Amino acid sequence: METLVYKKPECLKKDGKFTFCPGCGHGVVLRMIAELIDEFGIQGDTIAISSVGCSIFLEKFYDLDVAGASHGRSPSVATGIKRSLPGKFVFTYQGDGDALTIGLNETIHTASRGEKITTICINNTNFGMTGGQASATTLVGQVTKTTPTGRNPEYVGYPIHAAEMVAKCDGAAFVARVSICSPASIKKAKEILKKAFEMQIKGIGYSFVEVLATCPTNWGMSPVDSMKHIKDDIEKVHPTGIFKDITQTEAR
Amino acid sequence: MGRIVIDKESCKGCSICMEVCPKHLIHPSSETNAHGVNFAEFKDAKNECLGCAICAHSCPDAAITEVYKS
Ligand SMILES: Cc1ncc(C[n+]2csc(CCOP(=O)(O)OP(=O)(O)O)c2C)c(N)n1
Ligand code: SF4
Ligand code: SF4
Ligand code: SF4
Ligand SMILES: [Mg+2]
Repeated sequence: METLVYKKPECLKKDGKFTFCPGCGHGVVLRMIAELIDEFGIQGDTIAISSVGCSIFLEKFYDLDVAGASHGRSPSVATGIKRSLPGKFVFTYQGDGDALTIGLNETIHTASRGEKITTICINNTNFGMTGGQASATTLVGQVTKTTPTGRNPEYVGYPIHAAEMVAKCDGAAFVARVSICSPASIKKAKEILKKAFEMQIKGIGYSFVEVLATCPTNWGMSPVDSMKHIKDDIEKVHPTGIFKDITQTEAR
Repeated sequence: MGRIVIDKESCKGCSICMEVCPKHLIHPSSETNAHGVNFAEFKDAKNECLGCAICAHSCPDAAITEVYKS
């Protein structure tokens, strides 16, 4: 007898195709989020806050209520929505340019206030949508449109380490960094995203998951080489792990 | 044994599924879809598919829409 072991999530529109470049990491993460919304059975009780970046049009492929926010401000929009509709599951979906560069202020204050929302931050170490300029998380030596000879810390400073920084905020309940560079890391990423969702669903508090994801177009690499680049280079600078979990006393 | 279903019009031919399939059962088609992409094709003459869904979980375009195991 044949059993169905995987099916495209219901939360993804049947006719809604992803608008990203071939091999883009956004699609893997958005699909995992859709799977979790299906698994928790919260499709009708979820409000997604989109951000400015390649993932701006969440409503094109998500069969969910979606609110847009101006660049970097989705944690503030999420705050207002969650406070007025506390029974809803409210998450922001943001890039590194959005959440960690122009919107770092909102990210840190929202974590410090301990808003009961979830932020998923896709760190592809550049401003993807606008053609590949450097962001706050760009690696030292990384070539981007605005660092054509590689990021020089003498001139533009060092990358920020988002998960470590957010974990220092007293209001944060769960903070992790995951990567999607292999089937095993994708599986692990989903487990961690699930924990982050539970933090909000159980009313525990603010959760933040940074996802190291590919941007083959602006990295000038094939999709498969981009996955290797995360493992070989990006994880060395932005290591994966759980940086805070107030439900586990032994978490680092 | 297993089997997968690929929505060829969602496939962008990134080749990630071809790289990760432990049995190397996915290859680019000689035909193209509406976007001009040599979409991914599943060929399993020897019934080797594990039904592991590694391909579906790695696809950035949710183009592998169903995985069956028997
Ligand atoms: C106020 C404002 N400033 C600048 C821009 C231009 N802009 C659009 S997307 C973007 C960066 C997006 O980068 P990121 O958040 O990392 O998303 P990605 O595309 O990499 O997923 C910028 C600067 C804008 N739309 N609005
Ligand atoms: S530019 Fe980069 S982040 Fe944007 S869709 Fe293309 S690969 Fe994805
Ligand atoms: S289910 Fe597993 S074995 Fe079958 S095609 Fe997909 S990756 Fe290969
Ligand atoms: S991973 Fe998905 S989009 Fe990429 S080639 Fe395979 S089926 Fe097509
Ligand atoms: Mg980015």
